[in-house]
Amino acid sequence: MFFRESGVFHTTYQRDMALYPMPITKFAVAAFAVLFVGVLPFSMHEYYVSIVNLVLIAVVGALGLNILVGYTGQISIGHGAFMSVGAYTAANLIVRLDMPFWVAVPAGGAMAALIGAVVGIPSLRIKGLYLAIATLAAQLIIEWTINHVPWISGGVQASIEVPRPRLFGYVLNSQRDLYFFLLAFATVAIVATLNLVRSRIGRAFIAIRDQDIAAEIIGINIFRYKLLAFAISSFYAGVTGVLYTYYLGIANYEQFQIVVSIDYLAMIIIGGLGSVLGSIFGAIFVTLLPIVIRLFMESFGSLLFDPKDVLNLIPMLRLILFGALIIVFLVLEPEGLDRLWRNIRNYFRVWPFSY
Amino acid sequence: MSDTLNFFFLLIGNGVLIGLMYALIALGFVLVYKATDAINFAQGEFVMIAAIVVSAALQAYGAPLWLAILIGLGGMIAFGFGLERSVLRPLLGRPIVAVIMATIGLAAILRGVGPLAFGTGVRNLPLPISEDPIFLGPFFLTPVQLVGAGVSLLFLAAFGWFFMKSRQGIAMRAVANNQQVAMAMGIHVERYFALAWAMAGVVSALGGVIWGSMLGVDVQLALVGLKVFPVVILGGLDSIVGAIVGGLIVGIVENVAAGYIDPYVGGGTKDFAPYALMILALMIRPYGIFGKRTIERV
Repeated sequence: MFFRESGVFHTTYQRDMALYPMPITKFAVAAFAVLFVGVLPFSMHEYYVSIVNLVLIAVVGALGLNILVGYTGQISIGHGAFMSVGAYTAANLIVRLDMPFWVAVPAGGAMAALIGAVVGIPSLRIKGLYLAIATLAAQLIIEWTINHVPWISGGVQASIEVPRPRLFGYVLNSQRDLYFFLLAFATVAIVATLNLVRSRIGRAFIAIRDQDIAAEIIGINIFRYKLLAFAISSFYAGVTGVLYTYYLGIANYEQFQIVVSIDYLAMIIIGGLGSVLGSIFGAIFVTLLPIVIRLFMESFGSLLFDPKDVLNLIPMLRLILFGALIIVFLVLEPEGLDRLWRNIRNYFRVWPFSY
Repeated sequence: MSDTLNFFFLLIGNGVLIGLMYALIALGFVLVYKATDAINFAQGEFVMIAAIVVSAALQAYGAPLWLAILIGLGGMIAFGFGLERSVLRPLLGRPIVAVIMATIGLAAILRGVGPLAFGTGVRNLPLPISEDPIFLGPFFLTPVQLVGAGVSLLFLAAFGWFFMKSRQGIAMRAVANNQQVAMAMGIHVERYFALAWAMAGVVSALGGVIWGSMLGVDVQLALVGLKVFPVVILGGLDSIVGAIVGGLIVGIVENVAAGYIDPYVGGGTKDFAPYALMILALMIRPYGIFGKRTIERV
């Protein structure tokens, strides 16, 4: 069934804001559900499942950052640190109090939300550059604090080992088990974000992004909603940190340094600011980029470079490509992969006619 | 004088010298911000890449020091012009976040290109300055720091003069103040944008030589750039005097804090203290000590 509607003809606001804008969307979602639950995990090698797991974790974080940057128009260079807050909160709960994941994940998120809201307080007075620098400061200060307070960081090398999550006594040991665990969280994050941005709160965020003074005049409490955006966004970041800790089996501050903050910013810029689908695209793209570069270098690298150096070159090539992609997307396609995807879809929707 | 007092003055003295060298790097940031309203998150990477080029010219190609520094300067000027043309001009009029992100992307590129083109090892960048400390009563100072502080002061003064007295400097201030009016007065605004980036390149090249000779040249040198933000926030984003004062404050505070707190927490205070101070400044006086009071409030 390739046919679609010939256009969007919503006549009520309810229809316009519906989660499923068209009947066909339900089928598409059902098809994706079957693919991700039934087909994908069982048809792939364990190694590829572990990569998909990384993507799923990144999706949660990218969605969170997009709520803040893409929807509310505030910038944060401190999301790596918020992730580490979530990770260490959860790791301490798990190791010291033997908490199950369904306590540890929300607790990590809540702690990160609290810290994020505190960091967001200056956003009342400052914006743009100043906010970027304030969140950069938060990143460095949180990193320093975790690294220098053994009570949080578990002493030696600031890392805490964490056991695998357990569900009703069953330990999620393999990557395939973890896949379902992470898929559940990623799905919840996606649905929650979709619902958030079409609710009153989400529309307030968008109003603040588009014209903050106008937003205030129509009765949006800017301070409250900015703080809320920081808190929600950091909650996602905290959950990402906890999920990543479960994935690695260890909480370590080196996994959440400023580079990570920039990775996530790259995800939402490449994917598309202010778009749920864009966050997912960006998370996939940025997570796969180093893996693709490594595969490429392993197969063709020796033709271009000295074979001894090939493996050392990968991180540098990754950085260069990364930066170049951020700039290229900013200059040429500010709406990111999401826009490209819509362009392609619109082209094929009416193909072979031009409109 | 007692030993504790000596220690205190030693920390202050070192802080002043380091602070002046921070001011030099912060100057690159201030120049760009003053003229173009663009925020350069890649200032540290500018310094790093300049230092890498100079040290590579010195060692790999055996150029004499003056030639190597000239190559570094020329390279950074060309880089500044090219950067403005290719990346920043298309972003004119876009939200400030876009410019911030573009320079963050640029920083990533430079961090990759530097070691890719010139190798990953730590190079040294020897300057013809003796390494014996100079004793000045109870203090001792390293000559490199003295020279660095001297060069910084010289350049800060030169740029101060440039902005206050020279025709180009006045034009640049006009551009910074109001682009449309400057255009109406017949000032070629885009040319001054490019000039500002080239000047930032010059400052970064000098900063790269001085910091590189002190710390050694590799990717880690870019971390110096992280100190730029506390300096410029404290001093005021668009003020050259502010860059000096902010640099001095950051230099002194981080040295004193490191001297007294480091023994208890095991290092790292140097990176932490300036940012803690900066947060305070953002809460109380976000436009800095000498900055314009035009911060946007909501």
